[in-house]
Amino acid sequence: MGFFDQYLLTILTFLPLGTALGLFGSGALALAMGRSGLPPALWRAVGLSSAGLNFLLSLRLFAAFDPTVTGMQMVEYGAWIPEYGINYYVGVDGISLLLVLLTTFLMPIVLLSSWTDISRSIKSYIFFMLFLETGMIGTFVALNVFQFYVFWEVMLIPMYFIIGIWGGPRRIYAAVKFFLFTMVGSLLMLVAILVIYYLSLEQTGTLNFDLLAPPWSEVPALLDTVIPVEGVWWQTQYWLFAAFALAFAIKVPMVPLHTWLPDAHVEAPTAGSVVLAGVLLKMGTYGFLRFALPLFPVAAIDLTPWFLGLSVTGIIYGSLVAMIQADIKKLVAYSSVAHLGFVMLGIFALNVQGMNGAVLQMVNHGLSTGALFLLVGMLYERRHTRLIENFGGVARPMPVFACFFGIVTMSSIGLPMLNGFVGEFLILLGTFLVYPGWAALATSGVVLAAAYMLWMFRRVMFGPVDIEENRKLIDLNPRERLVLVAIVIPIIWIGVYPEPFLRRIEPSVSQLVEDVRSRAEDQAAIALVGADVLEERP
Amino acid sequence: MVNQQTELLRWIPLLPLIAAAVHGVMIGLMRRSAPRWVVIALSCGSVLLSFALSCVAFVELTALPAESRFLVDTLYTWIGAGIGETRLAADLAFRLDPLSAVMILVVTGVGSLIHLYSIGYMDDDHREDKGFQRFFCFLNLFTFSMLMLVLGDNLALMFVGWEGVGLCSYLLIGFWYSDRFNAYCGSKAFIVNRIGDFGFLIGIFLLFRAFVEAGVPATLSFSEIERSFDAIRELTLAAPFWGPEWRLVNVVGLCFFVGACGKSAQIPLYVWLPDAMAGPTPVSALIHAATMVTAGVYMVCRLSFLYADAELASAVVAWTGALTALFAASIAITQTDIKKVLAYSTVSQLGYMFLAAGCGGYTGAMFHLVTHAFFKALLFLGAGSVILAMHHEQDIEKMGGLWRRIRQTGVVFLVGVIAIAGVPPFSGFFSKDEILVAAFTAHVPGHLWLYGIGLATAAITSFYMFRLFFKTFLGECRAPAHVRDRVHEPSNWVVKPLWALALLSLIGGMIGIPQVYGDSLHVESSHSLNNFLSPLFPAGAAHHLSHSTEVQMALAAVGMAALGWLVAWFLYLRRPELPARMAHSLGGLYRMLLNKYWIDEVYDALIVRPLVRFSDVMLFRVVDAGAIDGIAVNGTARGIRALADHGLKYLQSGLAQGYVFLMIVGTVAILGYLLR
Amino acid sequence: MVPLDHVIGLSAILFTIGTIGVVTRRNVIVILMSIELMLNAVNLAFVGFNRMSASAGGQVDGHIFVLMVITVAAAEVAVGLGIVISMFRNRDSINVEDVSLLKW
Repeated sequence: MGFFDQYLLTILTFLPLGTALGLFGSGALALAMGRSGLPPALWRAVGLSSAGLNFLLSLRLFAAFDPTVTGMQMVEYGAWIPEYGINYYVGVDGISLLLVLLTTFLMPIVLLSSWTDISRSIKSYIFFMLFLETGMIGTFVALNVFQFYVFWEVMLIPMYFIIGIWGGPRRIYAAVKFFLFTMVGSLLMLVAILVIYYLSLEQTGTLNFDLLAPPWSEVPALLDTVIPVEGVWWQTQYWLFAAFALAFAIKVPMVPLHTWLPDAHVEAPTAGSVVLAGVLLKMGTYGFLRFALPLFPVAAIDLTPWFLGLSVTGIIYGSLVAMIQADIKKLVAYSSVAHLGFVMLGIFALNVQGMNGAVLQMVNHGLSTGALFLLVGMLYERRHTRLIENFGGVARPMPVFACFFGIVTMSSIGLPMLNGFVGEFLILLGTFLVYPGWAALATSGVVLAAAYMLWMFRRVMFGPVDIEENRKLIDLNPRERLVLVAIVIPIIWIGVYPEPFLRRIEPSVSQLVEDVRSRAEDQAAIALVGADVLEERP
Repeated sequence: MVNQQTELLRWIPLLPLIAAAVHGVMIGLMRRSAPRWVVIALSCGSVLLSFALSCVAFVELTALPAESRFLVDTLYTWIGAGIGETRLAADLAFRLDPLSAVMILVVTGVGSLIHLYSIGYMDDDHREDKGFQRFFCFLNLFTFSMLMLVLGDNLALMFVGWEGVGLCSYLLIGFWYSDRFNAYCGSKAFIVNRIGDFGFLIGIFLLFRAFVEAGVPATLSFSEIERSFDAIRELTLAAPFWGPEWRLVNVVGLCFFVGACGKSAQIPLYVWLPDAMAGPTPVSALIHAATMVTAGVYMVCRLSFLYADAELASAVVAWTGALTALFAASIAITQTDIKKVLAYSTVSQLGYMFLAAGCGGYTGAMFHLVTHAFFKALLFLGAGSVILAMHHEQDIEKMGGLWRRIRQTGVVFLVGVIAIAGVPPFSGFFSKDEILVAAFTAHVPGHLWLYGIGLATAAITSFYMFRLFFKTFLGECRAPAHVRDRVHEPSNWVVKPLWALALLSLIGGMIGIPQVYGDSLHVESSHSLNNFLSPLFPAGAAHHLSHSTEVQMALAAVGMAALGWLVAWFLYLRRPELPARMAHSLGGLYRMLLNKYWIDEVYDALIVRPLVRFSDVMLFRVVDAGAIDGIAVNGTARGIRALADHGLKYLQSGLAQGYVFLMIVGTVAILGYLLR
Repeated sequence: MVPLDHVIGLSAILFTIGTIGVVTRRNVIVILMSIELMLNAVNLAFVGFNRMSASAGGQVDGHIFVLMVITVAAAEVAVGLGIVISMFRNRDSINVEDVSLLKW
């Protein structure tokens, strides 16, 4: 167990890729020996087992996590290219713990749900999915900025293929759009990373990509470099923050950089959509929390009103546009824009309640929107259409489906005693403490969410069964029920008893808030900028 | 204060929840429907058990001395975030004090009766969307939510119940979902409710933030808010762009009242309640008469310490209540659907409750809440009985002469009508009287006008209720022959609970007889409900009334009731051809009332349609698909492609010589730069 | 003694003529000849420089380089003529404008 625990994060990260490569290798070996390679069913089974095993390992991670300590836990450090300061440095804290758990939780569910959905090139599909899982977990636990960037970009490749090969009619357009959009932002972020690297070299004399110093070392890391507030324009906090923020804002997605999302979601296969909505969208907000805020605190605090405005715009705009969609999947995609607007609002409230709510809401959104995409996928599998007008009265032939759909809908609109409410309530309360006007506007999103979800639900589920094909719909089979029950359990659990999760998030979040504030004060004192902004905060 | 911990309270809401969960699992797992007796036993059993526990808790409560009369049951910290003074800790904790004790008795008591009634009513096996078990599952879920609402120890938990009842209302109104209209009504209820919830949430946030600003430990728990209330009563708030400063307590009171308007169907958010009649009648009785809609009144009474201090908010509450009462009553006099009349009547009576609460008569509001629960549930269930007897006919124009045919229903219905009209010694008289006294003696600006409106509405109420009774039960039967001959009393499950409610409507007033009469009858503390509840509420600084004034007011109220009855008798029994002629000659006015002042259409045209069109045309097509996607994203792609297509590609001429030339030019340039 | 300027001047002129030939002429073989001319111009410059600095003591780096260039030129001509033959076999022409397929 000791060995296990010591390298738990590495195992968690690389087990899926390892499995994929192992399967690939075995298949090649089998081919070389004259057999016909491994059957797709074997790939599927092994892939699912690997994802399931990964989930169990992450439960061990959850159990081993100490909720009373702030700072990184389960740290592993290995020199990779030490001459340039590129090291293999991983660790989790309260924020990334839940996101890793979400990733490993959703993966087996996704693989199980697409058991019959994907019928061609199954082996490639499983390969890409496992590869994607490695990329995602790697991004969440990376603490060396170079390593983070590598994993960040690595995630794009399997996602591009998944959308591009197994997607809908406009899949190439959607896949290319997704790839290029994200890459543009990332490239600017790379430039910013190099600038910080260069600044760190200037100030400490060593080349170091580590975000923070490892526990046993005194070597100053990137977080310790003082990034000037004034001076050469491309070295100031504002522009660097903007570069980072661009990359992350595209991923979130924030309005007006969100247009890749509806296309990507609509054209992706069901499993791809679930992973995209469930995990990939969290990368943006995670990036803000882990990198953008701690590295550039003065800029973050100064630019807060802009981000609040964009978040509230996202909430209201996303909800209004979702309301008039004709394609259910597109509607859910726009609802994601609205939900993540809430998360961004909570982050930029910069107090414990708001951020706590934001981190929890990340998990909540992953669960409820993931579940929504699964449900839409089940409908699509049966009728091969996603347009609302082709449905109506579906609750009659598919009552169990209607029940699950109802629960997930209610979770999405933030009904108390389900998970969505806890996150939204904390976010709105936290934001209200510092920016009551913005929070009041954002609360109207609660009404709009009910409007568009219930309207869609009514048109799809209720009413007479007008269209003949809808009468013959078959209700959920046991595999689908299993998948949905698996997702609904945490939805209800987090809603009724969120303590275990909040307890683990809180130390890291309060540390982050403390950190950002104090460092902003120090840096502002150095640069005499923004000090008055800081004084107003409660 | 002595803190009374008990493990009893949690079971009161938990039992219906467990029943609902078991129902849900059974529906999900079982192939065929469960046997009826199992469903009945589980569902009615749990609610009856809850009622029994409520009685036990009530008894325990009364055993405590009046100053510290409360019981608390804390389970765990539900949402906790932050540290120190800004810490948010919303516990899952229940609190039983006289106010919530009254509520749980009403909810579980009347609820049990309605559960029993539903056994007989929900015979809908011929429908496509049948669901005997599903109905009881939702009813249990509703009971759980309502109990959470009233027993919750803090605002967050109250909000849980608040939204929960909204959800169950949605599920139950649209219960027969094969009909598109029912589903629409359910959605409408939920969304209008949500608008109210928006106000409620803002109220919670404002309150929390006020505590933080005032420097006291922030809290959402009712008892702690009350304790720390002094710290925030002087705070003011200024709207961002224009001038006057408002007292914080007024703004908070108004925000919470917006929530109450949504939940309790006051102007301008009442529009969902009449359409909610699309649901089965037991639903209308339970949710839209006795319990859910009274949540707003309960909330105002729960926060009475705040409203007593917030004069502006209280005035708004009182005036909104009064105007709603009058407005809804005016619509009720022309409606022809038996349930719609009762729906508007409910809106009107809720207005009375808010009138009392706004005037500081919190006990009066609660008293009317209790008596209204009795007689309105009775009226609705009676209407359901009539509907069943008439084979699902709801138009009173097609009824009449039922007194001979379904005597039991007729009798209990008459009891309800007399009670709501406010004739002593039925319960409605006493509660209405207390409301009118509160209005008469209040300090709200224009309180005499409020009294006048209350009095006038009493007359109108009496009028339309007797009109309903006369048209439904008396006169000639206007139903077609094949219906007329098959009219019969529905099953016992339907009729027997009605007797219980009728009894309560008759004697329920005994708990609140004003002390004046008690003195003359030599009964001590006859004003028992008031005595029970008043330690909770701020002492009213009301004008004092002399004995004779009180009696005069009572006589005025009875006079109004009699007036209404007289006009109804004249128009519908003595000269039945008159109403049609009046409707014809007052054409415009009649049509306006019949069409409910066209408010629904106005909302649709002013709010709903423009919003949808704006979202579709402006936001989606112009901004999203057009500007962002079209110009910025795809436009950039097209621009780069055009640049390559029309410019850059010509560099690739395929001629090696061209490339050589460029190389030479480049080399010369670099050398020139380096060697200058 | 021929002044260095003259040698370099000649070399430059030859190089320029060679460059113009490469860029302007259509016949592939003429282009190859022009390339040879460029290479030889460079050789001349090497020898000239070496001669000038030879007085500083026995270094023959320039000459050695000239030998290398001649060798490379020979190899390059061999390959180049092979390409010309292949071009002629496929296109029946040694006009350089006829093999511009690798274009937009």
